[in-house]
Amino acid sequence: MALYLSKSRKVLAHLKPKMGVLGMMKNLSSCLSRKEASLSGNGRIPHAFFCDRPTLFTCRRFESVKADVQLGSPRPAGDPQVLNFPGGIVKFTPELKFLSDFPEERIHCYRVLDESGQPISNNFVQIDKDVAVKMYKDMVTFQTMDTIFYEAQRQGRISFYVTANGEEAINIASAAALRMDDFVFPQYREAGVLLWRGFALQEFANQCFGNKVDNGKGRQMPAHYGSNKHNYFTVASTVATQIPHAVGAAYSLKMDGRDACTITYFGDGGTSTGDFHAALNFAAVMEAPVILFCRNNGWAISTPVSDQFRSDGIVVRGQAYGVRSIRVDGNDALAVFSAVHVARKMAISESRPVLIEALTYRAGHHSTSDDSSKYRPIEEIEWWRAAQDPITRFRKWLEGEGWWTAQSEIELRDHARQEVLHAIQVAEKVDKPAIREIFTDVYDVPPSNLRDQEKSLQEAIERHPQDYPHFPL
Amino acid sequence: MLGVLRRKVACKANAASALEQGIRVVASRAFSSSGKEMTVRDALNSALDEEMSADPKVFIMGEEVGEYQGAYKISKGLLDKYGPERVVDTPITEAGFAGIGVGAAYYGLRPVIEFMTFNFSMQAIDHIINSAAKSNYMSAGQISVPIVFRGPNGAAAGVGAQHSQCYAAWYGSCPGLKVLAPYSSEDARGLLKAAIRDPDPVVFLENELLYGESFPVSAEVLDSSFCLPIGKAKIEREGKDVTITAFSKMVGYALQAAEILAKDGISAEVINLRSIRPLDRSTINASVRKTNRLVTVEEGFPQHGVGAEICASVLEDSFEYLDAAVERIAGADVPMPYAANLERMAVPQVDDIVRAAKRACYRSSSLAATA
Repeated sequence: MALYLSKSRKVLAHLKPKMGVLGMMKNLSSCLSRKEASLSGNGRIPHAFFCDRPTLFTCRRFESVKADVQLGSPRPAGDPQVLNFPGGIVKFTPELKFLSDFPEERIHCYRVLDESGQPISNNFVQIDKDVAVKMYKDMVTFQTMDTIFYEAQRQGRISFYVTANGEEAINIASAAALRMDDFVFPQYREAGVLLWRGFALQEFANQCFGNKVDNGKGRQMPAHYGSNKHNYFTVASTVATQIPHAVGAAYSLKMDGRDACTITYFGDGGTSTGDFHAALNFAAVMEAPVILFCRNNGWAISTPVSDQFRSDGIVVRGQAYGVRSIRVDGNDALAVFSAVHVARKMAISESRPVLIEALTYRAGHHSTSDDSSKYRPIEEIEWWRAAQDPITRFRKWLEGEGWWTAQSEIELRDHARQEVLHAIQVAEKVDKPAIREIFTDVYDVPPSNLRDQEKSLQEAIERHPQDYPHFPL
Repeated sequence: MLGVLRRKVACKANAASALEQGIRVVASRAFSSSGKEMTVRDALNSALDEEMSADPKVFIMGEEVGEYQGAYKISKGLLDKYGPERVVDTPITEAGFAGIGVGAAYYGLRPVIEFMTFNFSMQAIDHIINSAAKSNYMSAGQISVPIVFRGPNGAAAGVGAQHSQCYAAWYGSCPGLKVLAPYSSEDARGLLKAAIRDPDPVVFLENELLYGESFPVSAEVLDSSFCLPIGKAKIEREGKDVTITAFSKMVGYALQAAEILAKDGISAEVINLRSIRPLDRSTINASVRKTNRLVTVEEGFPQHGVGAEICASVLEDSFEYLDAAVERIAGADVPMPYAANLERMAVPQVDDIVRAAKRACYRSSSLAATA
């Protein structure tokens, strides 16, 4: 928000002790004076500065620094071409040169498996058979659930749905690399994370049908899941608001000294919101153990990334905010798993945010309110579905390891389909929530105005039962 | 002609308000038999301090709350006492620290988010409304958001349109939020403590011009266990002829108006709303049923304002008790002007309340004669 100047005479008086830049310098110059020591050790100033930055800032964050020890010399002795500036030492240059708007080569994308499911290197975090098979089963179950729930919406049985077609590896592999203690702040295309954590198909179906056993009491649009038990925060429809929430919760984990981090998911479109920028900056400054996971799937509803931003994707934004970042192949389950696994370790042990940009493709429509064939070529969709399908690629790897067979494939697909259909049939038959549930949870305890409303509604229903045949009290 | 009249009114009003100041000083001395007085600033500061001391989950976050001790020194001394982990200076991004606060509250901490002024909370209103107010409901009670958004609200002095708006009606219209507006030091202590202890998100609207004002406080108010109920108004002054509802700084004006009215033989009952949401409809309606007349006072804009809501509540519950049309005193329906004379005309003055009360009692005379 705008600089807050001289709000009144009273404030002016308060402002006196604050001396603008000097005030800022006092916080940072303790870092600088330490810097001088390492400066003499090696000449690569900016690089060295970035390397030990976390420790430096840690000292600033948890101590109240006294003004008298902070005003260092503005210019380190011996090198006139260096400026000791708040935030770090800056070298002077005679070159009149602007930074390029785009790197000569786009940031590389970390990958483990090629399209045929063959590892291109051994540089990945090993996964044992049980985990790998569960990952595959959950990816297939997730895909099956999406397909059938999507059809249920098309049949008019539920009002809305979003699929994660093409993003199954991101969902399941990132979830598999985390621990249950880690908190998830999802957008709305990460139901697979919840599936991995043990949320049952029946629970998904209950939510989509908004029935009385839905753990969300029928309050939210379909596919806006949430479960305290699974440390999975309720999905918000507002784009990207979950990113600052994840940073705040990560800060809380750090305050509690917990061996856990938070992860938040968002799309390429979400990175245009103010919340994304605010959260990235806060995460860096507060040194919050949070994984910021961007699913760059190329399309924000009908807006392609070329209309969304002109940077080299999302990954380059991290460095600008002082956040460690990596770009991974989002359709490669092993690459996603490895990146999240390592990011989690760094986030917790070094108390820092990590940004992951996964390149993928939204192989389905944005939601059931969208028909993406209107604005993107069918061939593009088909190519991604056929050549880049994350599930097929992971299955090929599993088969190569000897952990999966054609028979198990048939059994799995059949089983998943039966389970999902059964869940829908059951959910559809369960009653809708009772009328009183409209008033609960607005507050911890309903205040008098809500109790009055409830009473008058009940009286109205009792007076005119014929007008409210479907409303259980 | 009208201009001349207005100036006359303003002149007289200035003289009158100086006189009223005198009256009030005498009055407050008379009340302070216990001898203890406390500024609203100290009341807020001590409430924060005590709640932070009582519950390690409570922390403060905002711009300049730590090293600088708060733009208005409300968080004075807290950084030294509780350290930078619990008194967190942030970058200048309201949407950032409001969102981060909501995330911390989701996790189970009890953040107190300071806005340098509630005008700046507009940058963060998405997190206050969509994230904080609705999460408990949307999650079916799985995620409570025990957070307090606090800071000065409404008109200060000479700071123009973007620093002077009252947001009581804005936040008061949103289910899921509780909205409190303290007037005195007792209110400030009791309500802030209640807000911090409350499991729901609370918007806590302070007033810059009241921070430095002293009020008498009892031993009970100074006790660290002191707490006021949310949703309960306080009858600051009993009366039988007309009810005046007000909140925040306007409670002081209403009390001054009641003093003047008393000299004219009109006994005004002054209700300090304290809580904008939930609104204490029963106290308001009980009073109106006794006095049969109502004047609502607020600094905010008139349309869809707090006064409009009170009006509706009285029409719904006590229409047949009214002996006169409800009088609604509000800020002028314009962005706040900077020039002192215009600014004065844009917010309610004591005289406005006096005139309105007299009209409600059918005791009004012409404008010139009143002036």
